[in-house]
Amino acid sequence: MLSEAPAVTAQSTIITGENLSAGYGGKPLWSGANFSFGKGEFVAILGPNGAGKTTLFRLILGLLRPMGGSLRIFGSQPSRGNPSIGYIPQRHTIDTDTNVECLELVRLGLSGTKWGFNPIDHHDRDAAFEALEAAGAEDLAHRRLGALSGGELQRIFLAEALVSNPDLLLLDEPLSNLDIRRETELLHLVNNAVRTRGVTALLIAHNINPLLPHLNKVMYLANGKVATGTPSEVLTSESLTRLYGVQVEVLKDPHGNVAIIGVEEHHGDIT
Amino acid sequence: MSASLNIIADLQQIWSYQFMQHGIEAGTLTAIVAGVTGYFVVLRRSAFTAHAFSEIGFAGAAWAVLYGIPPLAGLLIGSNLGGLGIALLGRRAANRDTQIGIVLAFSLGLGLLFLSLYTGYATETYSILFGEILGVSYEQVLETVVATAAILVGTGIIYRPLLFASLDEDVAEAKGMPMMALGISFMVLVAVSVSFAVQVTGVLLVFSLMVTPGATAQYLSRRPSWAMLASVIIALVATWLGLIFAFYTPYPVSFFITAEVFALYLFVRFVYAPLRLEKLQPGSLLKPPVDRSG
Repeated sequence: MLSEAPAVTAQSTIITGENLSAGYGGKPLWSGANFSFGKGEFVAILGPNGAGKTTLFRLILGLLRPMGGSLRIFGSQPSRGNPSIGYIPQRHTIDTDTNVECLELVRLGLSGTKWGFNPIDHHDRDAAFEALEAAGAEDLAHRRLGALSGGELQRIFLAEALVSNPDLLLLDEPLSNLDIRRETELLHLVNNAVRTRGVTALLIAHNINPLLPHLNKVMYLANGKVATGTPSEVLTSESLTRLYGVQVEVLKDPHGNVAIIGVEEHHGDIT
Repeated sequence: MSASLNIIADLQQIWSYQFMQHGIEAGTLTAIVAGVTGYFVVLRRSAFTAHAFSEIGFAGAAWAVLYGIPPLAGLLIGSNLGGLGIALLGRRAANRDTQIGIVLAFSLGLGLLFLSLYTGYATETYSILFGEILGVSYEQVLETVVATAAILVGTGIIYRPLLFASLDEDVAEAKGMPMMALGISFMVLVAVSVSFAVQVTGVLLVFSLMVTPGATAQYLSRRPSWAMLASVIIALVATWLGLIFAFYTPYPVSFFITAEVFALYLFVRFVYAPLRLEKLQPGSLLKPPVDRSG
């Protein structure tokens, strides 16, 4: 039995996909996705490179239209610029010679969509500090963006995403390039935001194991198909064999870690 | 003329010449504009693009001279067309040095052709290339006033979205900001600023007002609004001192401006910033306190 986060009760639905398919130029990447994520759920999005994980985020952000089926965010069609969504893009970096303090970027997460010149806004500033605190990055407020390490930068991006008080967080591989300690740190921060603020978090990852203690659901994309459910439903030999169409073996160690054997890329390794 | 030790009397003497008055007025306005837009040029790493504008503007100015149109009109048309073209290519494309370099070389060649066809005085050419702030007329000062007001208002309106898009393009786009419109607005602001800065520094030295003050200011403050103010002050002081030095010596204003901003940049980059950075390193004994005040 996998260790799992407590089930969220009395949830209201944040995202629903029905028979959803997505792709580019008339060629579907994946299709037939059915899922429903509620308020305060922590969901991992897994799958090999090119399976269309980021594409799902583009659909949710309203940057790409579904090829078929329906997708509802907060009960309505996805639209670009939804203020209730916080987003950390993939391979997100800042030029090392950017000599602007971190506080400014976090503030812009809130005020960057407003027109006009307003350098001193205490509301922005207080909100930014609150978000920095939530992301465990208060001590980075006055450091320059270009000088941050990978882990520090991810915390600033988390603060930037949290500052507008979103109901939905989309995190595209925030754990890549982080060592195990920073990975655990960041996951705790995200989990904290999920639990205390009731935010629904969708996190794209390659290694499932550090996520397992926090997760409510898993969405696994492979072979043009999508499997969604609790980790113990999805991460089984039967379920992944059905998904990939070839024999896949899911091994579990006594600590609850999983390893997926039989596919080219390993998304979990027993460490 | 030589300077006395009485600064007030010296300034009165300088102000008593109308060409100096106009030069100071136009120079002041241009420095403010260049300082503000220059900060964004440096932040967005568009220095080469800004330079390309001035070269394309050069072709426009040379064409204008050939047809007896005011060079400023040619500059504005050339640099704005260039800016529009580069903005339409998108920001990622705007950083393609090779393509910009190719257009830049062709523009210079075109400018050269127009100048060779022109049979009038060569001074016109010289002033486009190296600036002729002491030849600014009253009408040109008025034009500069209008342009300055327009650029400052324009920059004020797009300030926060532009800053957001400059620091974090992907998130700004996901938040629904009109990236193409912002890119075009920014390019137009820079194109107009460059056209007026060319009057002071000339096409070839426009970096000294558009890039160097902004680059220096980045080392002086990590808050964009303060850095922008520093950029303006650097451009202003450099222009004023350049005018004063040029008044008492036989050397050109543009040279003094370039030399001043360059010297300040070197000092800030290699002396001031390393000292300050050392103090602010997280590993040092003195950890900077978290400043929650306004």
